[in-house]
Amino acid sequence: MLTLHCPYCGIQADETELAAGGEAHLKRYGPGSSDDEFETYLFMRENKKGVHLERWRHAYGCGKWFLAARDTATLEVYGTYAAQTSEPPVEVKAAIRAKHPGWTWKEQA
Amino acid sequence: MSNAVSALNGKVAAGDVTVAEMGLQGMISLRGSFDAEDFVATITHLVGVDFPDVRQIVSNGERSVAWMSPDELLILCPYDQAVSLTAQIAEALAEQHFLVANVSDARALFSVTGPFAAEVLAKVAPVDFSASAFAVGEVRRTRLAQVAGAVWKEQDGSLRVVCFRSVAHYTFDLLATSAKAGPVGVL
Amino acid sequence: MSTRLQNAGRLIDRSKPVEFSFNGKRLRGYQGDTLASALLANDQMMIGRSFKYHRPRGVVASGAEEPNGLVNMGQGGYFEPNQRVTTQEVFDGLTATSQNHWPSLEFDIGAVNQLFARFLPAGFYYKMFIHPRPFWKHVYEPFIRQSAGLGKVPQERDADTYEHFYHFCDVLVVGGGIAGLAAALKAAKSGKSVTLIEQTADWGGRAVVDGVQIDGQSAADWVAATLATLGKMANVTIRSRTMAAGVYDHGYVLAYERLTDHISDKSGVRHRLWRIRAGHVVAATGAIERPLSFAGNDIPGVLLAAAVRDYVVNFGVSVGDRTVVVTNNDDAYRTALALKEAGLAVPAIIDVRPSGAGPIGQVAERAGIRVLKGKAIAKVKGKTRVTGVQVCLQAGEGSVLEEIACDCVAMSGGWSPVVHLWSHCGGKLTWDDDQAMFRPDAARGPTGADGKVFVTAVGSANGHLGTAAILRDAGLDATTNEVAEAAIEPVWMMPQGAGPKLRMKAWLDYQNDVKVSDVQLAAREGYESVEHTKRYTTLGMATDQGKLSNINGLAILSQALDAPIPAVGTTTFRPPYTPISMGAIGGAARDAIFQPLRRTPMHDLHEANGVDWEPVGHWRRGYAYPRAGEKVHDAVNREILNVRENVGLLDASTLGKIIVKGPDAGRFLDMLYTNLMSTLPVGKCRYGLMCTENGFLSDDGVVVRLADDTWLCHTTTGGADRIHGWMEDWLQTEWYDWQVYTANVTEQYAQVVVAGPKARQLLQSFGGDLDLSKDAFPFMTYVEGKLGEFDARIYRISFSGELSYEVAVPASQGAAFWQALLANGQAFGVMPYGTEAMHIMRAEKGFIMIGDETDGTVIPQDLNLGWAISKKKADYLGKRAQERSHMTDPKRWKLVGLETLDGSVIPDGSHAPAAGTNANGQRNTQGRVTSTYYSPTLKRGIAMALVLNGLDRMGQEIEFQNDKGGLIKARIVDPVFYDKDGAKQNV
Repeated sequence: MLTLHCPYCGIQADETELAAGGEAHLKRYGPGSSDDEFETYLFMRENKKGVHLERWRHAYGCGKWFLAARDTATLEVYGTYAAQTSEPPVEVKAAIRAKHPGWTWKEQA
Repeated sequence: MSNAVSALNGKVAAGDVTVAEMGLQGMISLRGSFDAEDFVATITHLVGVDFPDVRQIVSNGERSVAWMSPDELLILCPYDQAVSLTAQIAEALAEQHFLVANVSDARALFSVTGPFAAEVLAKVAPVDFSASAFAVGEVRRTRLAQVAGAVWKEQDGSLRVVCFRSVAHYTFDLLATSAKAGPVGVL
Repeated sequence: MSTRLQNAGRLIDRSKPVEFSFNGKRLRGYQGDTLASALLANDQMMIGRSFKYHRPRGVVASGAEEPNGLVNMGQGGYFEPNQRVTTQEVFDGLTATSQNHWPSLEFDIGAVNQLFARFLPAGFYYKMFIHPRPFWKHVYEPFIRQSAGLGKVPQERDADTYEHFYHFCDVLVVGGGIAGLAAALKAAKSGKSVTLIEQTADWGGRAVVDGVQIDGQSAADWVAATLATLGKMANVTIRSRTMAAGVYDHGYVLAYERLTDHISDKSGVRHRLWRIRAGHVVAATGAIERPLSFAGNDIPGVLLAAAVRDYVVNFGVSVGDRTVVVTNNDDAYRTALALKEAGLAVPAIIDVRPSGAGPIGQVAERAGIRVLKGKAIAKVKGKTRVTGVQVCLQAGEGSVLEEIACDCVAMSGGWSPVVHLWSHCGGKLTWDDDQAMFRPDAARGPTGADGKVFVTAVGSANGHLGTAAILRDAGLDATTNEVAEAAIEPVWMMPQGAGPKLRMKAWLDYQNDVKVSDVQLAAREGYESVEHTKRYTTLGMATDQGKLSNINGLAILSQALDAPIPAVGTTTFRPPYTPISMGAIGGAARDAIFQPLRRTPMHDLHEANGVDWEPVGHWRRGYAYPRAGEKVHDAVNREILNVRENVGLLDASTLGKIIVKGPDAGRFLDMLYTNLMSTLPVGKCRYGLMCTENGFLSDDGVVVRLADDTWLCHTTTGGADRIHGWMEDWLQTEWYDWQVYTANVTEQYAQVVVAGPKARQLLQSFGGDLDLSKDAFPFMTYVEGKLGEFDARIYRISFSGELSYEVAVPASQGAAFWQALLANGQAFGVMPYGTEAMHIMRAEKGFIMIGDETDGTVIPQDLNLGWAISKKKADYLGKRAQERSHMTDPKRWKLVGLETLDGSVIPDGSHAPAAGTNANGQRNTQGRVTSTYYSPTLKRGIAMALVLNGLDRMGQEIEFQNDKGGLIKARIVDPVFYDKDGAKQNV
C-alpha cells in the first residue's frame, strides 16, 4: 500500500486517504476535434511497466488533486507535483532520468 | 434558535477515555486566495484570531481558525454567531473572489478526553498521533475508519474530532468502541 | 511414552498448575506450557489425522512451523478450528478437540484411505474427477466435501472483539531472538524510534535454549539485560505475542498481536492488527529446521531435533524415553546431549556424514552416546507411535543393518532461514551451497518509495547459524563459547537410493499428505516449474504453507529434473506468515460500525413513524411509511393518492447541494451542464443535465441562481460527493485559471418536499414573513425568509406533478421542522411519503430518474431531453462525444411510455423481442423497460422504455417479456401519463 506526499498540505498520505485518477497530462479535445484526436483523449492510455505519470487526489485530506511520477513495477516514487502543469517539473524529470536514462513521456522530451 | 439540535444532542460515552458530542458549534467554511490583498488582515480582524499556518489551528477565546487546504479555512465560533459572522465575512470580502458558507449544521464536533485519547484515534485513522508527530495546534484531515474527518489536539491533550453530520452516529460509535476497548500502551 | 520430567522447564511455572481438556479428557499443565507441551506431558502423542490419508499424526515441531498439531479450540462463540498446539499457550479452562477424524481420533474410518494410498497419487483429483462432467457437481464434490477439510466451521457468532492500530516507527525489528534484540538495541541507541515484536511469549530464541555464553554471561542473562535496557528507552516499543504477518509496499507491515488467546479471561480485545508504517524493517525471524525424508517420518514420535530439545529444556517434557537422533549436521547433537543431561536414553545418533560431526561429536561419544557415521534410517517402525528404527547405509538402497528400539526420533535436515518477510515485497534469494539453504541476496532486496532497500535480514534469517556470527550480523561484536562445527551434508532422500516402496512412505508435506513419490511423479508427468508442481501435488499449500516441506520438496524436484536447486527456485512467499484470524482483519468494524449509516436530521422521527427503509448509498431513505397492519405496497398507493388529493411530505435532505461561486461560475456551469446556466436569472430555478466526456448522462437536478456570481446545484442523492468531486477535478486540473469556488453544503440543510393541492395552505399555516401566493412565488423560483420560526429557503419546484415546494432549513432545525409540518398538516390531511411513492409519481409525469432511465450508456437525446441541451453553446462536457456517429444514429432506442393492454405491470428490465438473431445467435431485441410501476392514480400498469424507432411508433402495440416466459402486449404512448398540461403544478 503506497504512501504519497501531498504537495499542497505536506502530508505523507496513506493510500487509503487518496483517490487515484488515472493518467496525468491528458489534453482535452472538445467539439471540432477529429475522431482520432477525440479517441486519443478519451480512450488511449499509457500502460507502462515502468515510469508512469498519474493523477491522485488527497480525497480524505485537503481535497486537492496532485500528480505523481511513479514506477509501476518497483513502486518507486520520483516525485509528486502540483496538478496545474503540463509536464513534470525539472527536478522530477531529473529523478526519473537518474534511474531511467533517456526516459521520455509521449510528446514531451 | 430554540428549535436547533445538534446531531447527537450532546451524547456522551463516559469511560477512561470519554467521547462526547459537543453540541451546537458554529462552523464557517471560507474559500479564498490567502495571497489576495487584505485577505489575511480582513479575516484576522473579523474573527479575532491569528491566521493559521499550513495544517495549523489557532484559537482565541471561543473562536478558532483552522487551515483546511491552500484555499480553505474552517472558522469555529459559537453557534449563534455563525450566521452573522458569515455575513460579515461576505461583506468584508465583497471585492474579492471568495466563497463563504455557514456549515455549522452540516457537521458534528466531538471531544475525546482521557489518558489514551490519542490511541483511540490511532485505532481508526492512518495517522501518526505520537506527541512528536502530532502536536497541539496541528489539524489533520484524514480518514476515520470509513468516513472523512478532521482531528486536532487541545492544550490539555484532549482531541477534537469533526465529521459530517450524517455520520455523527457512526463516528461516535466508532470512537466510543475504540475507547471502550482500552489502551494499547504505545502513545 | 512422553511425560513430564522432574526437573527442567525454563518457561513453565510449576507453582501454577492449570487444568484444561482435550477431547473431553481433563488434563493438567503448567502456566507457560504450550498446548503441545502440555499434551506431551500427558502422553497425548497423537493429536490429529492427516488431510488425505487420515494417518495418525503427532506434533513434529515446537513453533509456528507446526504442520500436524491443529485442533479445534474453545466452545460456542469462542470456537475456532485449526489452531496450532505449538503456539497456543495453555490456560485454566482451555478446551480443545482433535479434528479431521470420524468417529474418533483413535479409530478413524477415513484411515482406510491409506490402504489405497497407491491409488491416490499426485494429481489424483484432477485425473479422476474430470469425467464425466455432471459427476463432479452431483457425486464427487459432495463426497470430497464430506471427507476432506480441516476442522469445523464455527456455528455461533464470534463472541470476541478485535481492533486495528495504526503505528509508525523508524525501524521495525521483527523477532525477539538475540539477532533482533541486538539489532533493536543498535537502532535504538542511534536515536531512532524502534518497535520490536516477537511472535511468542518468550525472548531470546534458540540461544537461550542452547545455553550459549555471550561475553561471559549466559544467553538468558544477556537477553534479560538487553531487554531491560530496551525497556527503559523512551524511543522503543516492545511487544511479545505479536507476529509480523506480512510486509507490503512502502514499508507497510501488518502485525498480529494476540492478547487473550493465552488467558482464561476473554473479556478484552482478542486480537489487535497493527498497521505499521516502518521506515525500515529488520527481519530477525530466525530459521526453521528441516525434516529428513525417510520412510515413516510422519509417525507420531518423529520430531524435529530442535523441537525435542525445546520440549525438554523449555517445558521439562520428554517426548520419549529412548530417542534416536538422525542428522546431517552438528546441531542435532545438542539435542542428544540435552536429553542425556535430562537423564533420558539416546541409543544412537545416526549421522549421514561418513566423517561425523566436529568437536561436539566427541562430546557426545564421551557422554556415552553411540554415533553411527555414514548411516541413515531405512524405515521407522510403529503405527500410532514410534517403536523403533531400521538403520541402513545412507549411500545404499536401504538394506537394514540393524534395528534400534526407541519411542522417539529426533531428526535434523539442516536449517532454512525464515526469509518470508524479506521476500513478501520482492526481496530475492540466493542459494548457499555450503550451508544448503536459500538466504536473502542483500544486493536484491525489496525497495521502497525512495528506491532504496527497506528490509534487512539479520542473524539466522540471513543465513548465519552461529551465535557470534548472528550477533555480528546484527551489529554487535561479542565473544561466545561456541566450538567449530563440521559442515552440513545436504540429504534430500534417505537413504540416497531409496526404492519406490520407501519413497511412498517418506513424507514431505505432512498436512497435505505429499510424499517424495508424489513430487517425483509430477516431474515424470512433465511438471517442471516449481509453482506448477506445488499446485499439482498440493505441496506447501496447506495452512502451514510449506514451512517444513518447501525446500525438501523443491530439492526432490530438482533431483528429478536433474537441475540444480537454484535453477528450480522457490515458490512465492506470500503473506500472512502464519494464518491470522478473520476477526483481526475485520477489526472493530461490526454491528453499528460495520459500515457508516448516513442519517438525515429526521432519521429518528421516521424510525418512530414505522418507516420501511431503503438503502441509498450509505443513506437510509424512507421507502414508505406503512401503518400498523398495512402492507408496504398498500402504503405506497395510499401515500401517492394522498399527495394527489391532499398534501404529502418527503424527506429530501439527502439530495446533493453544491454552491458554485465566482466570476467564472456561469461559464463553468455552462461547461458542466448541457443547458445554459449562465443565463438563469437570479431567483430562478432551472432543471439541468450533466454528462460525462463520453456523452452519457451522469446526473441531473435543479440549479438555482442565488446571486449574480452564485449558483446552487442540486444533485441526486448518490451524486452529491461524486459531482462535487467532478467539479473540483475540472476546476483544479483543467480550468485552473477560472475563478470559481465550490462548497458541498449537502448536509447543512434538512430539505422537505411539501407536495399536493394543499401544500400552499400547509406552509401558509406556519405564518412568517414570506408571501407564498401564486403570483408572488411562481413556479421555478425560490424565496428565503422566516417560515414561522424556521429559517427557510423555499424552492417552488415539482417532481410529482403537484403543487410542490422544497423547503430547506438548517439541518439542526430539521427534526423540529418535520414535526411542525406533521402537526400543522393534520388539518390538511398531511402524510409523509417515501421514495417509492416519489418514484411512481415522477413516472406518472414522465420524469426520468438517474439510475433507472440511465445506466451509463444512455445520452440525453435518447430520453428526448434535447430541450435541455443548449444549441448555442460551443462546448460542454460530453458535447463532442454526442457528435460521434454512434450517438447520432437514428436507430438509437428512444424513451417512450408504455400502457399494458390488460392493465398489468411489466416486469422491471423486461426486453421486447424482435425477429431474427444477432451475431451471437441470441434473439434480437427492440426495446427494454427502464421503469415500471402500478399507478394508483391511473389504476393500471405504466412503464417507461427505450424502444427502437419509439417516437415513430406512438399508438402502436409492442410485446415485452413477462416473468413467466410469455409476452405482454403494451401500447407505445407519450411517457407523460398524468396532467400533461401541468395544470396541477401551476396553481
